[in-house]
Amino acid sequence: MRNFVLLLILFSSLFSAGLSWSNDLEIKSNTLSKQTFNDAVNGLSSKKFTQKKTYIQAIAESKDPRALVILQQLLDSKIYFLKKTKTIVIAELDGKNAEIWNAISGTNLGILTKRKIKKVGINNKLRRQLKVEIAKLSLGSPSKKIRTQAAEEIIKGIDEVGLQLFTDRLAIEKNESIIKIMQTGIALYAFNNGSVDEQLGAVKILSDSLYPVVKNTLKKGLKDITGSALSTKKLALKHALEASIEKIDYKLSWYKQAENIFFGISLGSVLLLAAVGLAITFGVMGVINMAHGEMLMLGAYTTYIIQQIMPNATAYSPLVAIPFAFIFTALVGVIIERSIIRHLYGRPLETLLATFGISLILQQAVRSIISPQNRAVATPDWMSGSLQINPALALTYNRLYIILFAIAVLIGLMILLQKTRFGLQVRAVTQNRTMAKAMGIRTDWIDAYTFGLGSGIAGMAGVALSQLTNVGPNLGQAYIIDSFMVVVFGGVGNLWGTFFGAMTLGIANKYLEPMTGAVIAKVVILIFIILFIQKRPRGMFALKGRSAEN
Amino acid sequence: MKKHPLLSICLLALSLFSLGAQADDHKDTIKVGVLHSLSGTMAISETTLKDTVLMMIEEQNKAGGLLGKKLEAVVVDPASDWPLFAEKMRELIEVHEVDVIFGCWTSVSRKSVLPVVEELNGLLFYPVQYEGEESSKNVFYTGASPNQQAIPAVDYLMDQGVKRWVLAGTDYVYPRTTNKILESYLKLKGVAEKDIMINYTPFGHSDWQTIVSDIKSFGSMGKKTAVVSTINGDANVPFYKELGNQGLSADDIPVVAFSVGEEELSGIDTNPLIGHLAAWNYFQSAESDANDTFIETWQKFIGNDTRVTNDPMEATYIGFKMWAQAVSKAGSTEVDEVRPAMYGLSLPNLTGGTAVMNSNHHLSKPVLIGEIQDDGQFEIVWQTEGEVVGDAWTDFLPESAVIVSDWANPAINCGNYNTKTKKCSGQNF
Repeated sequence: MRNFVLLLILFSSLFSAGLSWSNDLEIKSNTLSKQTFNDAVNGLSSKKFTQKKTYIQAIAESKDPRALVILQQLLDSKIYFLKKTKTIVIAELDGKNAEIWNAISGTNLGILTKRKIKKVGINNKLRRQLKVEIAKLSLGSPSKKIRTQAAEEIIKGIDEVGLQLFTDRLAIEKNESIIKIMQTGIALYAFNNGSVDEQLGAVKILSDSLYPVVKNTLKKGLKDITGSALSTKKLALKHALEASIEKIDYKLSWYKQAENIFFGISLGSVLLLAAVGLAITFGVMGVINMAHGEMLMLGAYTTYIIQQIMPNATAYSPLVAIPFAFIFTALVGVIIERSIIRHLYGRPLETLLATFGISLILQQAVRSIISPQNRAVATPDWMSGSLQINPALALTYNRLYIILFAIAVLIGLMILLQKTRFGLQVRAVTQNRTMAKAMGIRTDWIDAYTFGLGSGIAGMAGVALSQLTNVGPNLGQAYIIDSFMVVVFGGVGNLWGTFFGAMTLGIANKYLEPMTGAVIAKVVILIFIILFIQKRPRGMFALKGRSAEN
Repeated sequence: MKKHPLLSICLLALSLFSLGAQADDHKDTIKVGVLHSLSGTMAISETTLKDTVLMMIEEQNKAGGLLGKKLEAVVVDPASDWPLFAEKMRELIEVHEVDVIFGCWTSVSRKSVLPVVEELNGLLFYPVQYEGEESSKNVFYTGASPNQQAIPAVDYLMDQGVKRWVLAGTDYVYPRTTNKILESYLKLKGVAEKDIMINYTPFGHSDWQTIVSDIKSFGSMGKKTAVVSTINGDANVPFYKELGNQGLSADDIPVVAFSVGEEELSGIDTNPLIGHLAAWNYFQSAESDANDTFIETWQKFIGNDTRVTNDPMEATYIGFKMWAQAVSKAGSTEVDEVRPAMYGLSLPNLTGGTAVMNSNHHLSKPVLIGEIQDDGQFEIVWQTEGEVVGDAWTDFLPESAVIVSDWANPAINCGNYNTKTKKCSGQNF
């Protein structure tokens, strides 16, 4: 399986270079460059980073079709050398063993123990250099994404080589957005190296671009125009620069606002997910459940366990974990309700203490059974990275999916409570327990199910949290206070209240944070809620009617 | 993953037993107190150190014990509760009558036990990197002081061309003090006020979107930017994840951390972290025979051949070995005899080179900078030429620059000697 994957990577990257191994064998004419290529690759076993730097340069400039593969593998830290012979190899590690391929010829050298090979270490300077060189080599890639990334990488430090690559590529490039990036790059070069006329022309193109490098270049250009007696041309350039920078700043400030709102909504949806289960157990049933945070934790651990069971399907494991987490935590919830909480209804103080005890027991249980250490939950590829809307605004995928998930959970829950028989019974019991009993509803079982439902939802939220934060025994504690805050602020017993409560707190927090810092922002929010509760003791959305009176 | 329930039960039984039969016991065993949290938030880090001390004791006993006596561990659990640290310290010294204590992780727990250990004349070995500004007669600091971790890390980054600095930390004493020192150091090196951004977050902060976005715009001003992170414990994982998701890679804006080691990395997916830096006095990847033996012994002791080692473990190792040397040298376990025997002792580091205990109760150790790799280990990219002498009082804060600590020089003999007024303040912390 592993070999196959690696071969696939090898071939696909070869393919992306537009060439293949067999082609390479035919290029025997240029033996000299081949020799330099081989020497440069073999040189990578050097211990000194400065030497590696020159060898990487040599590989990149060798025009050898294998250069791109080697550089990419080096960046992905897959290049090793045999400790004995210093032969450079590509290795795929598997536990204590490694399957290796000769990096120059591509022949499989079989499986060795890990101790016999040593990685070709790289540092950040080399990583930077590799990225630039790879970008320069992959501007002709068939993948639009790779070409875009390459062009964006090259404009960061546009030089003559980059300019040449861009001008060559412009003749054949069809994609509008990539053409635009390349034009930006050419304009940047013109601005840096051209005459005042050329600079003026470049500023016009650049004023539409939001890349940080553009703004910095323009700012630097403006700074360089000094002196009081400026020629008319220079004066025109100065005005053009000032106008462009203002235009860019104006746009950036709007995107900053958009980004801030997105941050607020995403924090809000995390709060919503954490609190919505509590809104049921605390809001609907009136149980102060201090172990709610531990239900989140158990849900997160379920994700971890599912991932241990199916290590080869990281991409699906969070999805698979959602139902499992729900069932598992719901079960734990029902057990807690049946064994402890049902004996304590109507005694809030004792419930509080008992559930606090349960939370400590669950935490220590996880510490003893699994580990006091945090566990690694891998993030699937489709949840990492960000959706690049433009160079100034990127929305991270994990947050986007969690926003969607939170909304889905809320809608599902509302349907369950409003449209199903179970939901009807739950509402009946919360409104008037005695009357519901008289109507033949088994209220104690409804209590157990409702508590299970609240816990189960917390479990699902735990799956989402496992993608954001640490999966460890303390996960729950970090969220319990916030959850109570949301429920109390939003209004007890009302799901819409929880929704608006979470979103208000999320967005308010994100607007305060840049101004006051994260610590003070939290304090301010807390004070705000205390004052708010003084004014409206039942939260934003108070329940009206007889049930609210008790 | 693997724990030793049996072992802990045995230990519990042992310590209970020893309670009942103290008088007889005391003669033929030397008691070693272990004051690390085994429950609560700090259990994640401190449990490992408890196991390390137990391993060292087992090794020492295999080698014949000390002064012809066997060593015996007394393990207590202060449960990440700072005032409880002080109570447990008192219990260890007064009830269990231990001869030495290995313990504490957070600075606040150390500050909490300080008055007790000084009052009862105990002996504490503190194995974690910390903010300095302290030198107690009864404590040996085997972790790094700021000039053995933070300052060299900043020097390295300056050498790499970094011009703008983000000092990000969790809001408590260690990051605050360290950042204060770093800020004045950076300014001394000619960094302008506007090129330094300081940011504090609460413990366990998990929503890093705004801060990472701020760092991104701070770093996109055309000057090379780096983050110096004193973010503590759990908050690191979401921080690095957010960095990765917002597309900040280590070659754009490297983050150098002082609290992220192999142990912390073993709990996370390291892909978004590759290339970020850490500064320590020890990395598991250091190549030396002593280190290979240490790793092997550790993995065998803990029964898990993938278990990692880290810097505070090396600090515990050095502290324990030095204490054992000092006891042999003094021929006694009495604190007043062991303490002077400690000064000038040397021991091979696990990374090669030699650690020396100085009379300010701090070690001379090498400083290493490592880059995080995809397997959760560090590639050592830089290290100091020789050992750096631990400085109890920093030279980069005006009020501390004039203060020295020397417990061996009879003319000074205190931890807080003002070279200007030629007086000891009487307070060592």
